[in-house]
Amino acid sequence: MKVGRVIGNVVSTIKHDFFEGERLLMVQLVDNGEDYDGYLICTDVVGAGSDETVLILDEGSSARTIYGIESAPIRSVIVGIIDDIHELDT
Amino acid sequence: MQLGRVRGSVVATVKDPAMEGMKLLIVQPLDKSLADVGECVVAADAVHQSGEGDLIYFIASREAAEAMQPRFVPVDHAIVGIVDEVDVRP
Repeated sequence: MKVGRVIGNVVSTIKHDFFEGERLLMVQLVDNGEDYDGYLICTDVVGAGSDETVLILDEGSSARTIYGIESAPIRSVIVGIIDDIHELDT
Repeated sequence: MQLGRVRGSVVATVKDPAMEGMKLLIVQPLDKSLADVGECVVAADAVHQSGEGDLIYFIASREAAEAMQPRFVPVDHAIVGIVDEVDVRP
């Protein structure tokens, strides 16, 4: 999984049925506290708000398991809101 | 999923029969501030309404084939939505 920060959202009316009713959040990927140039458009199953640091699942079959659906074009899902990250200084 | 801009289309009459009837569009991936990043890809249009110049979002690898239900079409990039608005805080 990856760590990210919610930096915005995407508004979209014409979309694949799976995304009907789903929030589409823009998530900046973060690597030990530093932004790096990656971002992902994620759905969200934990109600993450903007600027929150979040845990992102970025793999299709696990994402489909979370939604309990066998076939769907889903891969990047916010699965947790991170309270604290403690890293040993290497 | 990533943001992209539809730059054109591809016509291939001779192609894998499983891709019959598939609209193939040239998509330029974009970064979070909508600037071009990386190489263009050819994506199947899973929403059947994308046109040149549209700001879209696309999904890659197996999830692209998942987007083309009901048939599991062998594509590796698929447009899964057209963007009305992107709201990103710097």
